[in-house]
Amino acid sequence: MPLRRVTFVFKTELIRRPVIYELGKKFEIVTNIRRAEVGQEDGWVVLELEGTLDEIDRGLEWVTAQGVGVSSIDGDILAG
Amino acid sequence: MPNVQSLRCKECGRDYPLEPIYVCDFCFGPLEVAYDYDAVAKNMSRESIQDGPLTIWRYDQLLPASRENAVDIGAGMTPLLKADNLGRELGLNNLWIKNDSANPTHSFKDRVVSVATTKALEFEFDTIACASTGNLAGATAAHGAKAGMRTIVFLPADLERGKILGAAIFGSVVLVNGNYDDVNRLCSELGDDRRWAFVNINMRPYYSEGSKSLGFELAEQLGWRAPEHVIVPVASGSLFTKVYKGLQEFAQIGIIDSADTKMHIAQPAGCSPVATAFIDGQTHPKPVVPNTVAKSLAIGSPADGYYSVGIANKTGGSATIVPESEVAEGMKLLAQTEGIFTETAGGVVISALRRLARDGVIGRDEKTVALITGTGLKTLEAIADSVETKTIEPTVRSFDEIVMETVVN
Repeated sequence: MPLRRVTFVFKTELIRRPVIYELGKKFEIVTNIRRAEVGQEDGWVVLELEGTLDEIDRGLEWVTAQGVGVSSIDGDILAG
Repeated sequence: MPNVQSLRCKECGRDYPLEPIYVCDFCFGPLEVAYDYDAVAKNMSRESIQDGPLTIWRYDQLLPASRENAVDIGAGMTPLLKADNLGRELGLNNLWIKNDSANPTHSFKDRVVSVATTKALEFEFDTIACASTGNLAGATAAHGAKAGMRTIVFLPADLERGKILGAAIFGSVVLVNGNYDDVNRLCSELGDDRRWAFVNINMRPYYSEGSKSLGFELAEQLGWRAPEHVIVPVASGSLFTKVYKGLQEFAQIGIIDSADTKMHIAQPAGCSPVATAFIDGQTHPKPVVPNTVAKSLAIGSPADGYYSVGIANKTGGSATIVPESEVAEGMKLLAQTEGIFTETAGGVVISALRRLARDGVIGRDEKTVALITGTGLKTLEAIADSVETKTIEPTVRSFDEIVMETVVN
């Protein structure tokens, strides 16, 4: 099953919401947290997602729509 | 390469062998080249550096490859110029311009690609690849050609013609019908799938080390002293973190006495995730969709953004978001005071510098370096509406009327 490694960035108002739990419930995606930190102004989680590519895409679209910043841990490949 | 120990995770510190890998399997932290600094200190001195070639490879004791096998087309040792005219404009008495447009393919990317290509040959890859909207394309294509490797440079098909041709002359361009995200996704998939050296994917730990040479050169060219301020254009944040690392390493092995440089982030308003995070007191930049005239800074999801914010905070630096309208102004100001035609990223740096000087963040006599990372000749469209010319009839009278009148007045 395909794997994607991503970072979620949460603004303060979203930190208390169990977005990652909801992601796993709403979509056929297994989430595996590897690193995380909560600061005064934001929080972030580095995690691995396992599922079909389509399901991961749909899940990430939903996470983004909730106001979470989503990026690949590789960052953008296309450089200047 | 006797000084290189391993690849080490920046987060959990776990060591990995020196292979074409870039992420820690455990915590997903980025891998970075780890050196035996005691050995470096024994092998490297000001004199040994000065005896080396006039390229980045004079610093090979702190690079992950040795100069004997380097793919070297002359990257590095670009001019560091005292900018008295610009300094007068901005009220700065100790201003310096590091002009990296003097590199072989006219940008700082030659530094990183020279190291990446050298490592790619060492790892026995036959293909080197990158995805770029400009400078990285030219640098990879040129070094790939010199190395005799199969070279594949992915460019968005709607890129300006000049940039396409500037890379295609080396014989290795693939145009992708798709937008920014499409090219990113394709290259990410190919990076996972093919046994290629992808310069800023699996070669990234080695590639990024090339940027340290900018920090080394600043110290050497300033008489073995670190500057008090450096203003850096930030895209992925890799350059920012590595200039800092270079200065710190020189201090650690005793080449310079100390490195208390304040590191300043410069980003354009149309793509400023790192500067925004710094200003808002956040640790992790939130990704954005880039929409900026400064194409070489159009990284919406910066891999080293988190580390850049941390370094700016740790050093007492700053972050400036430059309005898009001031990018061309910065380019013109540098061109008309110092005779240097910079790319848009340089316009961002000069406009950020102007704001930092105006706001007193940089003191009048403090030694300050602005990094100019590439040439304006690749981004002519950016200044098309900002420069004026005069047209005359082929007569002395017309010249006097139209030109001399303006000059006198």
